[in-house]
Amino acid sequence: MSNFRHGISDTLVLAKRSFLRIPRAPDLLLSFTVQPIMFVLLFVYVFGGAIVTPGYDYVDFLMPGIIVQTMAFGGFVTALGLAEDLKKGLVDRFRSLPMSRSAVLAGRTLADVATNTVSIAIMIVVGVLAGFSFDAPVAHIAAGILLLLLFGYAFSWVFAFIGLSSSSPEASQSLGFILIFPLTFVSSAFVPVDSMPSALQAFAEVNPFTIVVDAMRSLFLGAPAGNSVWAAVAWSIGIAAVFAYLSVAKYKRAVVR
Amino acid sequence: MADVAIEAEGLRKFYGRVRALDGIDLRVPVGTVLGLLGPNGAGKTTAVRILTTLLPPDGGSARVAGFDVATEAAKLRSKIGLAGQYAAVDENLTGAENLEMVGRLYHLPKGEPRARAAELLERFDLSDAADRLVRTYSGGMRRRLDLAAALVARPPVLFLDEPTTGLDPRSRLGLWETIESRVAGGTTVLLTTQYLDEADRLADRISVIDHGRVIAEGSSDELKDQVGGEHLEVTLESESDVEAAIVALEPVAAERPALVEGVLRMPIKQRRGTIAEAVRILNDAGIGIDDVAMRRPTLDDVFLTLTGHAAESADGDGDGEESGGER
Repeated sequence: MSNFRHGISDTLVLAKRSFLRIPRAPDLLLSFTVQPIMFVLLFVYVFGGAIVTPGYDYVDFLMPGIIVQTMAFGGFVTALGLAEDLKKGLVDRFRSLPMSRSAVLAGRTLADVATNTVSIAIMIVVGVLAGFSFDAPVAHIAAGILLLLLFGYAFSWVFAFIGLSSSSPEASQSLGFILIFPLTFVSSAFVPVDSMPSALQAFAEVNPFTIVVDAMRSLFLGAPAGNSVWAAVAWSIGIAAVFAYLSVAKYKRAVVR
Repeated sequence: MADVAIEAEGLRKFYGRVRALDGIDLRVPVGTVLGLLGPNGAGKTTAVRILTTLLPPDGGSARVAGFDVATEAAKLRSKIGLAGQYAAVDENLTGAENLEMVGRLYHLPKGEPRARAAELLERFDLSDAADRLVRTYSGGMRRRLDLAAALVARPPVLFLDEPTTGLDPRSRLGLWETIESRVAGGTTVLLTTQYLDEADRLADRISVIDHGRVIAEGSSDELKDQVGGEHLEVTLESESDVEAAIVALEPVAAERPALVEGVLRMPIKQRRGTIAEAVRILNDAGIGIDDVAMRRPTLDDVFLTLTGHAAESADGDGDGEESGGER
């Protein structure tokens, strides 16, 4: 029991550490404030006019997709931070302390939830200013925000694994982008899936991003949900569980570079 | 455990075909300092990493503070402090926040982390910088903070991996004094270094390691004696007198004097009166003397003799093969 209590307190100590970084090295702040705004404006006003989305205004179609993408990338701070901790020997220090083996990772991923919350708020405001409107009961909208945070949390664990696996902070960042960009673009996030060539379409239909984006469209816009909400929750929990396991295993064997 | 704080038997670690550790035995009594001395890549850091549970050994066993590194790692960690080759502190926290964080992660009782942080900052001369972000600290300040972090929980066993590499002489001296005061208080220290003066000053016993094996073990004096006793060194005013001087000094020299870089160097028959005797002989022979000195072998000589190379010959950046180099 005291192990469990220590685990929680260690995680909070380290989440606080990750969190304190934000105002002190505000360069990262750009990536979860300015960057999402830029993406929204870019897609709505540059690509929007050229993309046909039957049944929706493009801005309505886009917002659930682009927020999901932002959530997926929100965890890159975890990858970057872990790669830096490894490089600077901090992981060695933490691993030599009588603390929980998962707290360094759990602390960072927890801090990501807070920054992801900020990103969601900013994007919704910008989206509304650009013409987005919800078309669903408040409870569904709230559930949608929770789903976004859960999905973002799952990807923080993916990034934790990337951060522990890459040779430098820079490498962790590009590795993350290379892995996640294709997944977000070959999905229903930005264009209707049936506009893609059939091979891509087949991939896009089973892509968890499509499932989560579809779930978000049903929760924010009242689109027919099918099983997509439960499937999205299942995918998120599954991704989080698999990558949390892999990351903690990797962390235990982590070596200074 | 009782009187032995660190005990290792036959520790082995392989990286592919490289034998980083090839069967190392160590024994450090409580309250003493063991210096692990060796060139870059000798396996010093690997040994520390195994003893601090960061790395599992491929063979052998080790106990620290009575706990087995393999099976009781969690308990062991609450008994040790580690300061590595890196100043492992968070740049985006203040000095005080760094130490408090470490105190919380050691699960010190409530209130204690903050009090300990203040106390250590004071002791390490960092009070003025306590509330500044560490990224504004100088290299020496970071190292001091790093060592302070290792001391937060007053661990009975301290591992210091090249604690003064890259520090200026003043900071080095300060760190040495701190380490000495910990040892006076009963702390056991395992120190790796490539600086011989550091081992000479701090270590009660020294294990010289090279290519993953202990090639010599003993106190600083014992090691020096292994290399040979005292030597007489004579510098002549004129090199043309060398042959004459060699003949003349025969009565005091235990072996034929050798000329090394312009200095006549010879083992002596006895210590007492030898310098006066040598001066008298040379004066009588009309040979001008520039300098006469008695010299004990230094650890440098020990090192050179034992390993066939000087201690600081390599690139001076830690144990190359295991840390992968730099930061």
